[in-house]
Amino acid sequence: MSATFEFPKAVVEAALQTVNPTSRRDFLKSSGALVLSVGVNSFPASKAFAQAGGTGPYPDPDFRQLDTWIVIHPDNTATFFVGKTDGGQGTGTAFRQLMCDELDIAYADTRLVMGHTDITPDQGGSGGSDAIERDGWPMRRVAAEARRVLLELAAERLDAPLAALEVRDATISVGSDSTRSITYAQLIGGQRFDVALTGSDVNATRGLADIKPVDALRVVGQSVQRYDIPPKVDGSLTWAVDMRLPGMVHARNVRPPLAGATLRGIDAASIADIPGLVKVVSRGNYVAVVCEREEHAMRAARQLQVDWAPPPQAPFPASAALFDYMRGATPTSSSEPIRRGNPEAAFETAHRVIEAEYAVPFQGHTAIGPAHALADPSEGQMTIYSNDMKTYGLRNGVAKFLDMPRERVRVVYMDGPQVYGRTAADDVGFEAAFLARELGRPVRVQWMRDEETAWDTKGPAYTFKLRGGLDTEGRVIALDYDARAADYNHLWYNDPDTVLIAQLMGRRSAAPFAGFASAPAVLYAVPHQRMATHVVRLPLIWETPLRTGNLRDPNGPQVTFAFESFIDELAAGAQVDPVQLRLDMLAASPEDDRFLRARSLAAVRAAAAAYGWDPRPSPQLRNTKSRAADPILTGRGIAYTYRIGTVVATIAEVEVDRRTGRVWVKRLVCAHDCGLVVNPEGLRNTVECGMLHALSRALWEEVQFDTEKVTSVDWLTHPSLRHSDTPASIEVVIVNGDPNPGRPDLPPYGAGEASHKPVIAAVANAVYDATGVRLRRPPFRKERVLAALQAAAV
Amino acid sequence: MSLLTLRVNGATHEADVDPATPLLYVLRNDLGLRGPRFGCGLAQCGTCTVLVDGAAIRSCVVPAAQISGEITTLEGLAKNGELDPLQQAWIDEQVPQCGYCHNGQIMNARALLDRNPNPTDAEIRQGMEGALCRCMTYYRVQAAIKRVVREAQARAEASAE
Repeated sequence: MSATFEFPKAVVEAALQTVNPTSRRDFLKSSGALVLSVGVNSFPASKAFAQAGGTGPYPDPDFRQLDTWIVIHPDNTATFFVGKTDGGQGTGTAFRQLMCDELDIAYADTRLVMGHTDITPDQGGSGGSDAIERDGWPMRRVAAEARRVLLELAAERLDAPLAALEVRDATISVGSDSTRSITYAQLIGGQRFDVALTGSDVNATRGLADIKPVDALRVVGQSVQRYDIPPKVDGSLTWAVDMRLPGMVHARNVRPPLAGATLRGIDAASIADIPGLVKVVSRGNYVAVVCEREEHAMRAARQLQVDWAPPPQAPFPASAALFDYMRGATPTSSSEPIRRGNPEAAFETAHRVIEAEYAVPFQGHTAIGPAHALADPSEGQMTIYSNDMKTYGLRNGVAKFLDMPRERVRVVYMDGPQVYGRTAADDVGFEAAFLARELGRPVRVQWMRDEETAWDTKGPAYTFKLRGGLDTEGRVIALDYDARAADYNHLWYNDPDTVLIAQLMGRRSAAPFAGFASAPAVLYAVPHQRMATHVVRLPLIWETPLRTGNLRDPNGPQVTFAFESFIDELAAGAQVDPVQLRLDMLAASPEDDRFLRARSLAAVRAAAAAYGWDPRPSPQLRNTKSRAADPILTGRGIAYTYRIGTVVATIAEVEVDRRTGRVWVKRLVCAHDCGLVVNPEGLRNTVECGMLHALSRALWEEVQFDTEKVTSVDWLTHPSLRHSDTPASIEVVIVNGDPNPGRPDLPPYGAGEASHKPVIAAVANAVYDATGVRLRRPPFRKERVLAALQAAAV
Repeated sequence: MSLLTLRVNGATHEADVDPATPLLYVLRNDLGLRGPRFGCGLAQCGTCTVLVDGAAIRSCVVPAAQISGEITTLEGLAKNGELDPLQQAWIDEQVPQCGYCHNGQIMNARALLDRNPNPTDAEIRQGMEGALCRCMTYYRVQAAIKRVVREAQARAEASAE
């Protein structure tokens, strides 16, 4: 238990800067040069934490102070402080690029601290793919303001007019006269700017300076290598999962074995033999065991005898009966249908009407590393070490949950396994904080694999009914969309009344959240349409493992699967090439303020060109040879969509094995337009992985359950994409990749989710093209595909 | 509890633990290592992989007391201050997203290339099949392995000339 750990530099720096109980800025003012010259490696990190952990309170960093965002060090480097987190998409690198360009400092001379609630301004953490799209703007503006202030200081010191000054790599000179120059460090290194900013909220933060036009950006547009990758591959990074503190204990949760079960009793004697047992904690139906050593906590959780009373009624239908249940349920809410034209009349006059039903099961986050957090209750404060993507929300939620003043709670953000939405990283932070307060010691909570897979929040299951009307020319004149989502009591982020521990303790929000069902993002010109959405509930809504919450692009993959599959069905019904039908329907659509129509047409054309799309209707001519003689059928499918301002067109090429039903997506082509591109290579990586994540949802992922519990509990019962499923080729065409595309005001749009959205549909459309068999319900595992092929005699 | 002796990354360590404790927890909690990480505790995902005498094992299920060979973890791959070619390729190809599973990806790839320095694409897929990634970085993982193979071949050809 005497292991020593090195803490990451950012955390050490954070700790060092919070040693002073007043504020970081005051500390900088009084002893800035001192703290900044302290070698990180020469300072015992655990001592820094021991001091920092006992300090506080932790008031909100003031986003209207320039010093909150930027510190210039005596060695002429800078540290940026931003209120975001990076789930591995390289946004941290992109933030540095954005701020470097505005500050005029070399990328290598900067560092970034993210998501520490006590020292970085509250920008909400991550979510909604808005890191660059929304939160990059105040970062750029404050960096531009710092540059402006430095130029004014330099004009005075160099006795030269502002207009004569030039800036390069944090050095200001009079024209190109190197004898008359001064560095940022000489001007302000280790001292405060003490410059007030304005802005009604953090996103509106600005000073007097304007940001640069896009064509003046130099670091933006470069594929700067991500700074977080080397420590991730050489083993030197300290992750949230690595955090250890003196006196820390290990906790494991004991979940109800049946959904909705009630705790009747605990036989504490059943674990009396376990060494280092600290405590069994129970409150309502929440149960945890705490031990000095981790392996003993795991054993205690397995061995503890708990008496649970089964629920009075089945909590949910079995997954095999889910869609029938959803179609037959009375909705808890229905939206007012979105109408255009007169769809009823249009269907009456349609030459041909096509109908289809689709369904998507519950799918999970199932992070590769189960949820974990460490909470330290030292000296009346609560510090939580977490990879939660919304650290600020975690801080606020825990303060309310524990009824502590916000100023006494802080969250230190550290790297962790992927968090694409509302995950158990929220839940576990509350559990750690609760247990830490119960025990008065630092407590580390680690979920186990079965717990993560069964109890983490799920993306909602959907059923869909679609109808389309074609005229005699094969044009789509009418469309009717009717969707149901099993999304009642949808969980929001870090809500102290709905996190799992709150539910199990019997705490309830006044009313369950109504939940969502979405209509598709449609730019297609269809003169007559009706879009209706409904939410249905399962019998058990509290203390259920089928909790719904945001999963990457929360409803997009489900809705786009149904809608873009159906567009393909209409193209097939009209015997029109599926790319051509989409181009025709886009060309006739109205323009909008994000000029989506023009960019959508460009993306669909770019995808088709990169793929080498051969125009023809689907399916291709059916092979009449026997399965044995010609076992592999090949096809291609396209799907198009947009997400807020980002447009994406994806083509999948599949091989379908007629003997086994296995679908292999051999090739993926994605044309992607998210406006201004900060880091092309980082964007490509994110787009690739977003596509493959959706491919996993297309081919493998489904949360299964019986009428008592979730039965998907590990990687055998909940399979995920593997190396052997990887396409042989993935091409990402950045449609607007040039940072100087002739529009100096080109804004950036989000890229974290758009490429995830159309893939399931593209794969289903490709399978149809290959086989003539329409798959209307993912995942397309080989047993399901083989049954469909056999039913169609393919 | 009993005293175990483990050889890890070239050094000898002693730990006083219950001999049934899986190796992962001894490496992380007693020796302070951070490369191998908990993913499933079931030997299904590979996130906890370490090498024992060059063979990839799942440290989350193997009792520490059963290990008698030389253990190499992610931290021990670099030699004389130089990254393992796989680690360098991971940087060159900008492979990870979150990176949590990449201990498993890299350690499994190391064991694969030690067994078979010139794997075909199919052999890479097969050899890496047990290393799961939920950010789905598989395409770049495979590209990085191919890069290492390609560069080793180029070096071998250059030295043969």
